[in-house]
Amino acid sequence: MKKLLIGNEAVARGLYEGGINVVSSYPGTPSTEITEFLSKYDDIHSEWAPNEKVAMEVAFGASLAGARSACAMKHVGLNVAADPLFTLSYTGVTGGIVICVADDPAMHSSQNEQDSRHYAIASKIPMVEPSDSQESYSFSKAAFELSERFDTPVILRMCTRVAHSQSIVDIGERADIPIKEYVKNGAKYIMMPGNAKLRHPVVEKRTEELAKYAENCPFNKIEMGGTDIGIITSGTCYQYVKEVFGDTVSVLKLGMINPLPEKLIKEFASKVTRLIVIEELDSIIETHCRSLGIEAEGKSLFSPIGEYSQETVADVILGKKNETVNINTKIPGRPPMMCAGCPHRGIYYSLAKNKITVLGDIGCYTLGAVPPLSAIDSTLCMGASVSGLHGFNIADGGKHKTACVIGDSTFIHSGVTGLINIAYNATNSTVVILDNSITGMTGHQQNPTTGYNIKGEPASKVSLEDLCHSVGIKRVRVVDPYNIAECDTAIKEETAIDEPSVIISRRPCILLKNVKTHSPVTVDPDKCRGCRKCMSLGCPAISFKNKKAVIDHVLCVGCDVCKQLCSFGAIESEERK
Amino acid sequence: MMKTTSIMIVGVGGQGTLLASKLLGKLLLGEGYDVKVSEVHGMSQRGGSVVTYVRYGDKVYSPVITEGEADFIVSFEKLEAARYVSCLKKDGKIIANNQEIDPMPVIVGNAEYPSGVLEEMRSLGIHVDELDALSLAEKAGSAKAVNIVLMGRLAKYLNIEKEKWHKAIENTVPEKFKELNLKAFDLGYNY
Repeated sequence: MKKLLIGNEAVARGLYEGGINVVSSYPGTPSTEITEFLSKYDDIHSEWAPNEKVAMEVAFGASLAGARSACAMKHVGLNVAADPLFTLSYTGVTGGIVICVADDPAMHSSQNEQDSRHYAIASKIPMVEPSDSQESYSFSKAAFELSERFDTPVILRMCTRVAHSQSIVDIGERADIPIKEYVKNGAKYIMMPGNAKLRHPVVEKRTEELAKYAENCPFNKIEMGGTDIGIITSGTCYQYVKEVFGDTVSVLKLGMINPLPEKLIKEFASKVTRLIVIEELDSIIETHCRSLGIEAEGKSLFSPIGEYSQETVADVILGKKNETVNINTKIPGRPPMMCAGCPHRGIYYSLAKNKITVLGDIGCYTLGAVPPLSAIDSTLCMGASVSGLHGFNIADGGKHKTACVIGDSTFIHSGVTGLINIAYNATNSTVVILDNSITGMTGHQQNPTTGYNIKGEPASKVSLEDLCHSVGIKRVRVVDPYNIAECDTAIKEETAIDEPSVIISRRPCILLKNVKTHSPVTVDPDKCRGCRKCMSLGCPAISFKNKKAVIDHVLCVGCDVCKQLCSFGAIESEERK
Repeated sequence: MMKTTSIMIVGVGGQGTLLASKLLGKLLLGEGYDVKVSEVHGMSQRGGSVVTYVRYGDKVYSPVITEGEADFIVSFEKLEAARYVSCLKKDGKIIANNQEIDPMPVIVGNAEYPSGVLEEMRSLGIHVDELDALSLAEKAGSAKAVNIVLMGRLAKYLNIEKEKWHKAIENTVPEKFKELNLKAFDLGYNY
């Protein structure tokens, strides 16, 4: 049956048909939908794990018990899961394991654009990379067999363009793969030095065998056309090459990108006059060609930064550009921003007003960094706000008033370890947990603090208050971020006090379906003096027309935060029950 | 062999561009075309500028549309039409909702909302089909139907019968919004 699927849904379908039994993941753009779509199948176990390391270890355990399993994460999530990854290479698998990792060239929704292929090379794990949804489906399905045949996890590498583009997939039926019997095998699975020393040679031998397999595997293909130019490429770049050149050049399309073939590349190179490697981000394939003594052009032509497109390929190789029409009017940018009624806005206003140095974290709330709030001083990675704050406070010696902000899901992911450190190594640090009862940025996934599991069923719920108390924080208070005075008092008191503290800023994300909104507030133009104080909130519902504030009645949800700021009582809300 | 047709759907996060592209994709698949629909999820959805690419033909390779390639730009907001105009083909057409949504630099007073962008594009010889999709959507019963009004307008230019659009809408939107959306489509189509 033919269906139009995004790459991530195609991966889910492929894994499902391939006989997956268990999937455990942490959400991260552009990988999230793989697990969301898998959760729709009731005959397999799916879950959101607290972080990627946990997710990969769950997949490991399920494989050990004989089931086919998978985990999915974004590129930076693989950093978190790198610890199990490298040794999983040594243990190999019982049930097949597919590790799905989605890179984000151009950083549409990421803090860096690292190239995950380095991980495949470093951990000596085979990696396959699809170029559209049909391949996302078929490669995922085949990855389980590859995993079990070579006794290794397999990494499936996606990128934003493949993960989030819909194209046609011809889907099939789920394979009936029985869960294997568990047999204790310490030599393979207990990675203490004596055993691991014996497993490393197995890994090296496996890599040799995989390299042989790569020469003739169904993932790689040569498409001969004109021989003046030969292009070696993989993933989404293949589509750009075909768009520009059709059959006028020859193409070696690599679907298996670790290990890379030798003979196949040499054979291809010998048939063409000019050899060009087109790969986004780093020069993995090009470097491999050079190691084989083959002269290939690559990064001397193409940038290691950002995404490519047919435009890039046509421009770089043919010097060809399309005719365009341009206008002279300068168009102001439209960066993303916090929604009208976002519960993060009130607490950020308070932090900015009190001139707090704020270490930030990863989530929607990173948007508190942009003007006019400009309330964040740093963003590094998941959890770094809490541990970074501790380090900052030690070095700063109290010269600045400081705090950190971290979301509920991010706090569970890797913030709590930093908080344990704050309590244990005793700094006067104030941690603000922005508890909006959901994993927001990635599109509303449940997490251990929400009380629901991936299927929306009631689940055990972490009490943030109890958790903070139990790691040794005595001062834990909860504020409503819609109440500016309450936020102000809490921030003033907790940053002044000489002991570690936690402020939980609690209100659910305004986009959640069960959140009740109020009728919009209005501005009385006779009372408005045009002081722009309400504009300092950066609320998309408030604009300034004819020297007065105006509130958009479609966007406004009646959170009343702006009303609390107005010194002239110009903002009015309807009587509420 | 049929050439690939490229349609860009641009707007502001939250305006319903994703549903429009879903509808279009489903319709084109049903027509037997090779189809690719590409969009970016995540951070840009939070009130930022959003763009979706829809391409169809006998064989479609790239999922994205770059400079000078779009046959149509369907713009949900006036500024966004102007932002992506360089992607338009020389004889391409713009369908523009004349709704204005202030971007953050305008809200905070660092920039003015530019006036006359549609006029400027027309003066350069671009075919700009302007409509007040918000009013038409409200007339149909909900401000949220702006996306379907604009799809109705786009349908005027594509060679697919109206009945097939109707069927695709019925298969895409929830039952209780069917009538509203069919009305919104017709208002855009007949505008």
